Amino acid sequence: MTAEEWTAVRLSLLVAVTATAASLPPGIAIAWLLARGRFWGKSLLDTVVHLPLIMPPVVTGYLLLISFGRRGPIGEFLEQTFGIVFAFRWTGAALACAVMGFPLMVRAIRLSIEAVDTRLESAAGTLGAHPLWVFATITLPLCLPGVIAGAILSFAKSMGEFGATITFVSNIPGETQTLPSAIYTFTQVPGGDAGALRLTLVSIVISMAALLGSELLARRIGARRVAT
Amino acid sequence: MSLDVDIEHARGTFRLAATFAAQPGVTALFGRSGSGKSTLVDIVAGLIRPQRGRIVIDGTTLVDTARGVFAPKHRRRVGYVFQDSRLFPHLSVRQNLLYGRWFSRGDGGVAGDFGSIVELLGIAPLIERKPDSLSGGEKQRVAIGRALLAHPRLLLMDEPLASLDEQRRAEILPYIERLRDIGVPILYVSHSVIEVARLATTVVILSEGKVTAVGPVLDILPLAEASDGGSVLEAVVARHDDAFQLTTLGSRAGDLQVPRLAAETGSVVRAYIRSRDVMLSLQPPQDISALNVLSGKVSQISESGAQADVRLDCNGATLVARLTAKSVQRLALSPGRPVYAVIKSVSFERS
Repeated sequence: MTAEEWTAVRLSLLVAVTATAASLPPGIAIAWLLARGRFWGKSLLDTVVHLPLIMPPVVTGYLLLISFGRRGPIGEFLEQTFGIVFAFRWTGAALACAVMGFPLMVRAIRLSIEAVDTRLESAAGTLGAHPLWVFATITLPLCLPGVIAGAILSFAKSMGEFGATITFVSNIPGETQTLPSAIYTFTQVPGGDAGALRLTLVSIVISMAALLGSELLARRIGARRVAT
Repeated sequence: MSLDVDIEHARGTFRLAATFAAQPGVTALFGRSGSGKSTLVDIVAGLIRPQRGRIVIDGTTLVDTARGVFAPKHRRRVGYVFQDSRLFPHLSVRQNLLYGRWFSRGDGGVAGDFGSIVELLGIAPLIERKPDSLSGGEKQRVAIGRALLAHPRLLLMDEPLASLDEQRRAEILPYIERLRDIGVPILYVSHSVIEVARLATTVVILSEGKVTAVGPVLDILPLAEASDGGSVLEAVVARHDDAFQLTTLGSRAGDLQVPRLAAETGSVVRAYIRSRDVMLSLQPPQDISALNVLSGKVSQISESGAQADVRLDCNGATLVARLTAKSVQRLALSPGRPVYAVIKSVSFERS
């Protein structure tokens, strides 16, 4: 593997881990709202969260470009206020991946929160626990398998994300060229087949490792729960 | 401890309107299923917000809809033992027991350290285990301990024995009695007259969402229409007869002979006598197999269809006999008439 290929692999891992980690807190919060909340506009929120799943990725990427780009309203505000720039940076790739993986993550976590017995939560309340503590000590531990599944889905989606990323932050080697973009680039040049195949194999290995890791983690949590 | 409840709450066609005050000791909410008992305790615990009313514990107002007061459940310091024990499956028994301690501020309420409550409930051998490896009875004891260790001002128990078989019930009842005897205030929901007769100090009878009677268990229980009628006699163990394996009890209404009880001479027991196990005779019955005959006067007759419940005053104690309306007419029973009550069997619930 060439140094350029390794850079793409490292960048992909960085983007995927950042996207997953950054979307976990809002993902859990919105999953909880959708599972337990009763408020006006809940189905609207549900639809908005699912939009990236049903829209063409290029459309999502373009929407990100016009809102988070240097001249976009949100992009301009973030740059002037906090000095955060998304356009044509790896952080922009992570943002695109996080948005694309968000519906998958929220869905998995929401289902597992819905499966937690609310009667246990009210029991914890009668024992003096504030609702936030009830969430931290009862709901969250009981829906942990769903949180892990959601994180793995988001990670996998990020590793494979192509359309939104390339539309939003382009395909700059060393900055925004993730594994799929690098494979795509190889297929566009004569004699790039060997490089494309190498990166494909790396991609398969990473995906399988992530899946295996989540299985092991889920099994350990399951074992801890039934241990006597 | 004092608890004052005066609430109204409607859900669908069901309307609950209950006013009662609980005294120290065990207050039993007694009534058929669907009478609103569980809704009422859920309201006291803060799981349901009543549409109108007031709830005050020891001078602290938990709910007052007129002033817009509603204390959330985690600030009420009301321990709740649910019918399905609701132990946290991901925590060990020890962690379950200590859960409430993290949040309770430990001022007032039921005092009791971990060691003594674990010993009181006999759960010391279980504390390192996970809830799903416990039997139903063990789970319920842990649930009681968990509620107590949160230092509640009041313990709510919603049919805590309903999901258990007869043997497990007998296993847990003595523990609840111990709690009552060390002075834990308890609001106990049940549709079982046997449990109420054994445990309760005060009885609140609920019927179709309304409180129909409140008072001491010995006076109130005979009024209950729930499940089947019966009356409670308080009695003292007078002596044991080893030859016939019998125990003689002295009560206000007279002596009763019953199959030998495992209770010491001089201890107080409550005998529960079902009204259908009582026959009436105008003459002192002779040559009869039944051992227990008490004399008294008819105080009240309430007929419903072919049946009639005849309340007797036996030297101040109340006994109820369930007869057919035809028998009432044939014996020409009316208030004031002296009769003899033949008791076919007596159920015992030690207290």
